[in-house]
Amino acid sequence: MKSIVKTLALAAALGAAALGAAQAQEVKVGFAAEPYPPFTSPDANGKWVGWEVDFMDAICAEAKLKCVITPVAWDGIIPALTSKKIDMIIGSLSITEERMKTIDFSDKYYNTPTGIIGPKSEKFDATPEGLKGKVIGVQVSTVHQEYVAKYFGPGAAEVKEYQTQDEANQDLAAGRLDAVQADAIALDAFLKSDAGKCCDLKGNVKDDVAILGAGVGVGLRKGETDLKTKINAAIKAIRANGTYDKFSKKYFDFDVYGG
Amino acid sequence: MSDGLSGLPLYVAPKARSLLEPHRLVLMAVFAAIILCAIWFMRWDWLPKYGPRLLYGVWQTLVMLFSTASIGFLLAIPIGLVQVTGPRPLAWLARIFCTVIRGTPLLLQLWLLYYGLGSIFAQYPELRSSVFWPYLRQAWPYGFTALMFSFAAYEGEVMRGAFAGVPRGELEAARAFGMRRFTAFRRIWLPRALHRALPTLAGETVLQLKATPLVATITVIDVYAVISKVRQDTYLTYEPLLLLALIYLCLTAVLVAAFRFLEGRIPTREA
Amino acid sequence: MPAGFQLLSLTPPGWGGVLLAGLFASLQLAIGGYLLGLAIGVGGAFGKLYGGPILRDLLEVYTTVIRAVPELVLILLLYYAGTDIINQLMALAGFPAVDISGLVAGIFVIGVVQGAYSTEVLRGAIKAIPSGQVEAARAYGMGPILALRRVTLPAMLPYAIPGLANLWMIATKDTALLAVVGFSELTLVTRQAAGATKAYMTFYLAAGVLYLVVTLASSVIIALIERHARRGMPRMG
Repeated sequence: MKSIVKTLALAAALGAAALGAAQAQEVKVGFAAEPYPPFTSPDANGKWVGWEVDFMDAICAEAKLKCVITPVAWDGIIPALTSKKIDMIIGSLSITEERMKTIDFSDKYYNTPTGIIGPKSEKFDATPEGLKGKVIGVQVSTVHQEYVAKYFGPGAAEVKEYQTQDEANQDLAAGRLDAVQADAIALDAFLKSDAGKCCDLKGNVKDDVAILGAGVGVGLRKGETDLKTKINAAIKAIRANGTYDKFSKKYFDFDVYGG
Repeated sequence: MSDGLSGLPLYVAPKARSLLEPHRLVLMAVFAAIILCAIWFMRWDWLPKYGPRLLYGVWQTLVMLFSTASIGFLLAIPIGLVQVTGPRPLAWLARIFCTVIRGTPLLLQLWLLYYGLGSIFAQYPELRSSVFWPYLRQAWPYGFTALMFSFAAYEGEVMRGAFAGVPRGELEAARAFGMRRFTAFRRIWLPRALHRALPTLAGETVLQLKATPLVATITVIDVYAVISKVRQDTYLTYEPLLLLALIYLCLTAVLVAAFRFLEGRIPTREA
Repeated sequence: MPAGFQLLSLTPPGWGGVLLAGLFASLQLAIGGYLLGLAIGVGGAFGKLYGGPILRDLLEVYTTVIRAVPELVLILLLYYAGTDIINQLMALAGFPAVDISGLVAGIFVIGVVQGAYSTEVLRGAIKAIPSGQVEAARAYGMGPILALRRVTLPAMLPYAIPGLANLWMIATKDTALLAVVGFSELTLVTRQAAGATKAYMTFYLAAGVLYLVVTLASSVIIALIERHARRGMPRMG
């Protein structure tokens, strides 16, 4: 009997060790499980495509990591990271003080202004006065949710929160919203699509670094400095050797890295 | 086995046989210790800030529950009835309605209603000048419709059985007394069928309560949505969800107790 | 509408293949979760009927809590907590963290929820067996395991099948809730396809048809199983 227990324990330990070893090379990269063009979107092959997919491939190749895309619901992406369902987040996640309390970030890898779009037929500015009495849509768990709550609500505008950016855009096209606030680059992709014909850019909002953050970084668990160093080195390397600019040209005619 | 509408055993709260048996006291002490640990070691400082919003959310959940359940139940009566009496085409329609609603996930129905119709609004901007637009523009009518249809379909199935199960003799007796068809329906058939369907109502209402949080995915603010907001604002994973589970547990307990009280007041003489 | 059908074709640029892959994931989840729930249910039902007072009370707490809290909330709680707890236990035991795939986590979640309902269905079915049958088995000298295998389980089946059939239907529909945590099952891939192409109506209707096909096929199979299990029994009015 005793020997059986021993064998079992050994087998379990070996199995666990094997798993542990396999894990060392494999990094699960959390993507928001929704279309977010031009950064990450699923295509009809069931594959993920977009600028951030190219970015991920580039840094993972540079840092010699085996990266596996793991789609996670956007509103649970930080809990998924802290509860180890994923090992890093590449999802246009802005680097903010508030998030830094819970997770860690790499250096920034791109930057985007924040824009507000609305129906072409209505003229208003992306200011608290312009948005007075409007229904404005944002995606949950984003910096925009916080920004809108601080500057446009309560009392001024009615805020509606969506689980995915695409559904907020869709409700704007459907006429259920008067405005949507989001990353200007992502909004631009929507405005250029068929569904976005209804609407145009009303302007960029006044910056507030404390809320909107200073660029987008790779989200990492606190304390995993090893991975962080590797990622930061990789970002620096692909910026220096031209890989970054090469794949960025496929998507943008401006410098997405920003100042 | 007391079958709920979906053939599931109805939700029955544990009988409070004797809470004072020694092992129960020990178990209760263990649970109390776990709860105290949860209060002590987890983060609850967000609670005062979100308290009023949580109450509002609970209120919204209850409004959603009772409005959809009562109107859904009214709809279930004709759905059940036409399946027993005909005419054929109506019976088929009712049957298809029940099969489709019960055969697909409520979440999918909600998204189909809200975003599917939304994509049609995007194609036909003329709709925005119609008188219904102020309602179509908001989210709650879609949540209300989906939940009401769901309740009507499940309870409609129960009502079909209830109408079919009223003994023929009673209806024949009514006719023998010279009642017209409608009078017999109003005085005998309907009350007897309702009486038979009532025991399923408690279980169905609890199932309906458990379906309400889905409307939060189409931007309706209920208690689940408020808790989601807490989760996003505080980056806490478990505390808000545990509180939410507790809130639903209490709501279910209150519902079950209320139904038991009501059932006690309705005389039942048949076995 | 032809454009709509093109979107559904099985090869890209159609999304039909993606939807079918999602359906396959949903079925895996439903079958896995259902079987796990059944296993929990058999254990739970026997525990509730023949277990000691503490086990019985704990099972009561389990079935009461699970059946009173919305599945959506349970799924969120268990999806994150399940992995966390297992990894913390592993850490306590001195092992490195294990890698739990989304599928395993999903099956675990559906299984735990289903287990509570299975427990109640099976308990009711076991109680419905005429006690003489089990006593007769005992009188023939069958041990408890043998009596369970040869008498109790087969005899309770006809009573349990309607309830278990409903649980299967619920399992297939509950898998849709995993869309909310980002598991790529049918409802989520439908949402993604709809979002990427903006053809919301087409894709949600298509997914509805797929779910309906599963439901209808299931009810045909269930009817066959029921007839088989009821053979030799008087027809129930």
